Amino acid sequence: MKKDKPQATVLYDAPGPRARTINLVGSVVIGILLIFLAYQFVYVPLDEKEQFSGELWGPLLDPSNENFDRVWRRLGDGLVNTLKAAALAIVASFICGMALAVLRIQLKSLMTRRFLSLHPVLRYTLRTLSWILNGVTRFCVEVFRGLPVIITIFFVSRLTPEIANEVWYNPVSYIPEDPMWYVVIGLTIYNMVVIAEILRSGMEGLPGGQKEAASSLGLSSFQTTRLILLPQSLKIMLPALISQLVVILKDTSLGALISYTELLNVGKQVIGVLDNPLQTYTVVAVIYILLNYSLSKLAQYAQYRLSRSRNRPKKLPKAPPTVAPMT
Amino acid sequence: MNTISEYWETIWQYRDTFRSGFWVTLQICVLSATGALLIGSLVAIARISPVPPLRAAGTAYVTIFRNTPLTVIMFFAAFALPELGSNADFLRIPGLDKIFGRLGTDLPYFRFAVLALSMYTAAFVCEAIRSGINAVPAGQAEAARSLGLTFIQNLRHVVLPQAWKAAIVPLGSVIIAMIKNSALAGFFGVVGDLSQSANSLTSAGGEPVIPIFIGISIGYLILTVPLGLLLDQVEKRRAVTR
Repeated sequence: MKKDKPQATVLYDAPGPRARTINLVGSVVIGILLIFLAYQFVYVPLDEKEQFSGELWGPLLDPSNENFDRVWRRLGDGLVNTLKAAALAIVASFICGMALAVLRIQLKSLMTRRFLSLHPVLRYTLRTLSWILNGVTRFCVEVFRGLPVIITIFFVSRLTPEIANEVWYNPVSYIPEDPMWYVVIGLTIYNMVVIAEILRSGMEGLPGGQKEAASSLGLSSFQTTRLILLPQSLKIMLPALISQLVVILKDTSLGALISYTELLNVGKQVIGVLDNPLQTYTVVAVIYILLNYSLSKLAQYAQYRLSRSRNRPKKLPKAPPTVAPMT
Repeated sequence: MNTISEYWETIWQYRDTFRSGFWVTLQICVLSATGALLIGSLVAIARISPVPPLRAAGTAYVTIFRNTPLTVIMFFAAFALPELGSNADFLRIPGLDKIFGRLGTDLPYFRFAVLALSMYTAAFVCEAIRSGINAVPAGQAEAARSLGLTFIQNLRHVVLPQAWKAAIVPLGSVIIAMIKNSALAGFFGVVGDLSQSANSLTSAGGEPVIPIFIGISIGYLILTVPLGLLLDQVEKRRAVTR
């Protein structure tokens, strides 16, 4: 089918000549209406409040403005800090998430073991122990998945100094001064749980033959998980994992609330000096949109490459759609 | 054992704060969920309509709001809107502000929070609805059309029931995420919700952190965990019946 011809969708047939004419006229009318509405209800009120004046936009857009260099240098610093926190949180939550996923799979297989060769007392102790361990990890996963990230970050920032005091008895030298670590730790706690759940559902969705073949080759349970299940799960869940990167990048903006000088916080400081909230927040939002949009495009590309690749299992479990998850 | 009873005492001492915080959070969630479902459905209709300018407007809305952090949108609502002279007064809906008392107050921050949360969540609601409708095979609607069903009949009896089944799980997870995002409201001037209570009790009140954390967490987990488990059940049942 040619690209420029409108295709039939679920709701509409491919339009014929008459429908196409009606469509064209309708589009023009509605398009003009939309532009008029935008002019009347967005442009005019903003113009009346003089929000388009060079005084407010100049420091952000006009290179000849005296403040332009300083503002953009600060925004650049903020962007670097945002990316730094995001990169650290991404690496940490991926490593911890993989470990947690493997741990949960191992505990689950441990629970099915009955230890029949051991003495009854030892047998039942071990079985209770594996039940308890499984319950504890399940509980932690549910709790940290159900809590708002900002609450986690907030309490990390409150608890870390307290714990540091308790452990080292020296309140001055061991408290991490940089609030970046609070953001990174908080984001890692939340996202490692989410990533672990994504990977676990990927591993559990794999065909049972994978596991059977691995154990008939003589691989231990841990080896099976590490060498057979985890790599395949990573590959299947790649789009969902990349979407999670967008979430982490977006959530670094929560650092502004605990006074970490990332992009948004720099924006706040700029507003404090120049008093142009609308303009500065718009610029900050545009920077975030560009970053996240390119990451989402990367996710789509990954899914496209994945659907093309040849050496994959015949029956892939359905990967989740690339609809970016909300935070 | 001593510390555990101390913790319990602190939690018990502030039970009323937790309870009222829970109610404020619940109000924000109910209002924002309603708003998000309304705006999201409208944007979804625009995005699947056959009119290109409407589609473009819908796509622009989703792209902008999905890729901007909620924190930025909250800052925008709380600090840029007053600059423009807006107090979001159109949200003072008569009758509704009798039930949700905060909607009608002179302090606009509750309305700003509901507005920002609804607009942000609407982008994700739109995507969930749209992916649900796109999941219906085109042959279903073609068959309906060739049987002579009109557009409305087609929607009501063929497309929407199937789209609903595909969209319910993504919609549910969007709503759960929205409940968690509502914690941001407390950092933008909404007094007395769960997260603002956590902040004031631990900083100004000087209370120990861990018991307050436990109390606040229970407030959020009551909302999110049962919904999540329900969603898992729905998903499992659907996986079996398909």
